[in-house]
Amino acid sequence: MRTHPVYTDNDPQTEYSTLNLGPTHPATHGVFQNVLTLDGERIVSGVSTIGYIHRAFEKIAEHRPFYQITPLTDRMNYCSSPINNMGWHMTVEKLLGIQMPKRVDYMRIIAMELARISDHIICNGVLGVDTGAFTGFLYMMKYREDIYEIYEEICGSRLTTNIGRIGGFERNFNPIAFEKTRKFLREFPKALKEFEALFNRNRIFIDRTRDVAAVSAEEALSYSWSGPLLRAAGVDYDVRAMEPYSSYEDFDFEVPVGSNGDVYNRFLVRNEEMWQSLRLIEQALNKIEKEPSDIFHADVPDYYLPPKEEVYNNMEALIYHFKIVMGEVPTPRTEVYHAVEGANGELGFYLVNDGGRTPYRLHFRRPSFINYQMYAPMSRGMLLSDAIINMSSLNVIAGELDA
Amino acid sequence: MSKITNEELLGSIKGKFEDGVTAISEPFGLLTLETSREKIIDLLTFLKTDAKLQFIYLTDLTGIHYPENEKPIGVIYHLHSLVNNVRIRIKVFMADDDVKIPTATVLWNGANWMERETYDFFGVEFEGHPDLRRILNVDDMTVFPMRREYPLEDPNRVDKRDYFFGR
Repeated sequence: MRTHPVYTDNDPQTEYSTLNLGPTHPATHGVFQNVLTLDGERIVSGVSTIGYIHRAFEKIAEHRPFYQITPLTDRMNYCSSPINNMGWHMTVEKLLGIQMPKRVDYMRIIAMELARISDHIICNGVLGVDTGAFTGFLYMMKYREDIYEIYEEICGSRLTTNIGRIGGFERNFNPIAFEKTRKFLREFPKALKEFEALFNRNRIFIDRTRDVAAVSAEEALSYSWSGPLLRAAGVDYDVRAMEPYSSYEDFDFEVPVGSNGDVYNRFLVRNEEMWQSLRLIEQALNKIEKEPSDIFHADVPDYYLPPKEEVYNNMEALIYHFKIVMGEVPTPRTEVYHAVEGANGELGFYLVNDGGRTPYRLHFRRPSFINYQMYAPMSRGMLLSDAIINMSSLNVIAGELDA
Repeated sequence: MSKITNEELLGSIKGKFEDGVTAISEPFGLLTLETSREKIIDLLTFLKTDAKLQFIYLTDLTGIHYPENEKPIGVIYHLHSLVNNVRIRIKVFMADDDVKIPTATVLWNGANWMERETYDFFGVEFEGHPDLRRILNVDDMTVFPMRREYPLEDPNRVDKRDYFFGR
């Protein structure tokens, strides 16, 4: 973090102005407020106020059976809901000791990596918008739409996906889903290349972003940063590589690392992660072809919801359905922490279970919440226009910030 | 995977804090232990600065409430040693009328908001915290909503009584 010692709070010669950046300022891209004290265009100090869309998810989760918590996780980082959904499902599966078939793991990886791409598209596109380049954002939006169409084929919904089930998927990927994913893999690299050509060596973009809000690795670790932000600062911590879940250990991918943690580095790291995600999806598609094509869930009737047509026509399935939905299935009394690599960093679920129908306590380790707390201290001495693009590159999602 | 086992980790903690750590367990391979609030900062400092362990990363800090226990309010730390790729979970429990614990912001800047969140929801007072205010709830709230006795919905509501739904 660069400090500018010239500016002090109690300098009697200077007259400061106060600016409310947010809660509904278009440049904050979400509902959160910063009260900034400005000396001309320089920020003297800032105070962050958050909690505008706090919905008490942790309290609600203490009153909901496991299945009904999945829709809550949708609404945290709504730019990449599938990662949240599957992180939660994998937490419960870890608690129950369910082993997933390989094919389900690979299907999950396809959905999660598509989600990561769609999240990074938004973040990097918006970073372009905030530096004055609207083209990239609009151009890349088309491919987010393509990803949402793949979600639609997989689960029927687009933004808050509620994708998958505890124990697998609710239905198999249909041929159109595979076809659309292949089509995306064919078309997106060309667009991403054009996007990079537009920005990576763009003089204006580099001037606006390089050395802006540079963060050292020590500072980033001290603030518990994770995800692309921590990697841009030079720490190669990626949950997918360190503690592989969902068979990430079967895959060949690289963890891109930046050098000085400035906005430009974060942009490049996110771009490179999209390339790596494409590699992962391609490998997953190839691996799926070698697995038996009719497996899309684990064989755990105690926890996996039976198909609807059986529920309507078969007494036993109806009983299972009822027991699972009402949370009447026995669960072990223990506690579990499971982390997945969300689009913004380590997304953790700390679940304390007392064997009842609902969690005794569920805590979400939300990367946006933890990443964002450095924003006000690091803005000191920065130009207001730099602080805006710094906020874009932190990719703070209000839903995940407030939970 | 991880470069040190839980036994080695526990051994080096026990070597420093003989009877300071209790209730040792390993749910899903994650070493979990309890300590007292007098020892917590010493323990965290040891874990962070020990040349072999290097728990430099504070993953998570949160609270929990067990109303029927003698010491009902707990604070739970998740630390991660990125070098050894091993995690540890530390719990501290406090009595209902004296919910105070020294702050971890002296070790990690990132503990700031996590402790504010824990204060906001469980009423844990972190002594020495630079800015202990509510963070997600409104400032003039008088209760700590994640404590078990606090209901999810307004108990005076009449439109959601169970008998309307045949329960």
